[in-house]
Amino acid sequence: MERKLTCIICPLGCELTVQVEDKKVLDIKGNTCPRGKVYAESECINPQRTITSTVRCNDGGLVAVKTDKPIPKDKMTECMAVINKAVATLPVSIGDVIVEDVFGSNIVATQNRK
Amino acid sequence: MRDLVIIGGGPAGMSAAIAAYENGVKDILILERDESLGGILQQCIHNGFGLHKFGEELTGPEYAWKYEAKVRELGIECKLNTMVLDVSEDKVVTATNSEDGIFQIQAKAVILAMGCRERSKGALNIAGSRPAGIYSAGTAQKFVNMKGYLPGKNVVILGSGDIGLIMARRMTLEGAKVHAVCELMPYSGGLARNIEQCLNDFNIPLKLSHTIVKIHGKQRVEGVTIAKVDENRRPIKETEEYIACDTILFSVGLIPENELSKSANVELSGITSGAVVDQDRQTSVEGIFSCGNVLHVHDLVDYVSEEAEIAGKAAVEYINGNKDESVSIPVKTDGKIRYTVPQIITKKKDVSVYFRVSNIYKNVTVKVTDGENVLLSKKRVKVAPGEMESVTLKKEMLENAKELYFSLEEK
Repeated sequence: MERKLTCIICPLGCELTVQVEDKKVLDIKGNTCPRGKVYAESECINPQRTITSTVRCNDGGLVAVKTDKPIPKDKMTECMAVINKAVATLPVSIGDVIVEDVFGSNIVATQNRK
Repeated sequence: MRDLVIIGGGPAGMSAAIAAYENGVKDILILERDESLGGILQQCIHNGFGLHKFGEELTGPEYAWKYEAKVRELGIECKLNTMVLDVSEDKVVTATNSEDGIFQIQAKAVILAMGCRERSKGALNIAGSRPAGIYSAGTAQKFVNMKGYLPGKNVVILGSGDIGLIMARRMTLEGAKVHAVCELMPYSGGLARNIEQCLNDFNIPLKLSHTIVKIHGKQRVEGVTIAKVDENRRPIKETEEYIACDTILFSVGLIPENELSKSANVELSGITSGAVVDQDRQTSVEGIFSCGNVLHVHDLVDYVSEEAEIAGKAAVEYINGNKDESVSIPVKTDGKIRYTVPQIITKKKDVSVYFRVSNIYKNVTVKVTDGENVLLSKKRVKVAPGEMESVTLKKEMLENAKELYFSLEEK
């Protein structure tokens, strides 16, 4: 089976053509860098996304967060549910872990808040 | 008296300040109207920033922090919550804040880094009354990402620029239903990766060559009528379609915010709505420089930072009284290439020229000519209005140049 993908790794957005059979990638065309190849393979076998959102702080304000690694694409909604339940205790610095091990990734702060 | 005053503490202002400091001018003041540095990056909590500049994928606040931390480390002075009221041609900056009242500073050089603002619904001529539930995409972004409010639950977005696409995903993740993203043009103005990860991932339809013709509802938005447009971008009556919704986001373009540039008598370009600048990002007023989205709207912050470094370094040379021989080589375009930055070359050195095209073109050659002489010829598989391009002109090419002409040749 042939799949057409748009690479989301960088702003170039290369158009990729991938040959897939039984969850195996046979051929990848259209990538202009090695990271495109890795993306195409992952996208066909185990698609993943990084989630960015905000977490409520104990003063009622917000702090921006992300998953420090991409999580499985079909877990995005469940991941958001975890993020929306979490409360961060101030102060928070960039990189602080807010929630541990959410689908193999940590939810970390991407903002400093006092 | 100050050596350098920088107006705006966003990515452009901070990057210009750091570049100026590192090149020897330490007497710098950044004036920022918001309560923190970072500008619009603070509300751009999604990732994708910094790949070009830092080789890693950062969120907006993380990218901003890299620069803010450096500004603090170098001890560059910043006045926050400070609104600049006027910049004069002789570089007197008038500003106000609640601590200092109204004050004036004579600067040796000024860097304009005020960024841009969103085109509003008022500029679009859409029928209907003025119900609640209509936001610019950036305002909605601020509500969701900084205030923690969701502006609505059933959303239609007009405009497929990157902010509109990013907000389609953001509102969906927070539980809203985005019914459609309508785009007047036959192509999206956003990055291909954003169409993939912000729309396709969530099965949000992108309706190209579509616009909103009527907004329904009196107190609150109740729905929109959308329609396909013909090749002259006029709505086709028979294609009208009603979508029930409570919220409309407009992501219909960014406009450089140049009120202060005008007060300083800086010459503006009718195409970019930003200043006309030379390769050093110096405007028509000597010693006043412009960089970032106030100069022309960029698609990547990485390029904003780079451009601001050029302006920062050049401001230092100006303050130190650089005496290099100066020339005047205008840079013209053929219309397919909509504009270039810089628009004029005043020094013979290696110059990177950034440009945007006016339509999507495939398999084209970008040509730079000087009269009969072809100085440069570069093939491009695909160019699109949403993606800024650049070429580098070598010093030797400019040796006898009179006027540069940028054109796009189709096969």
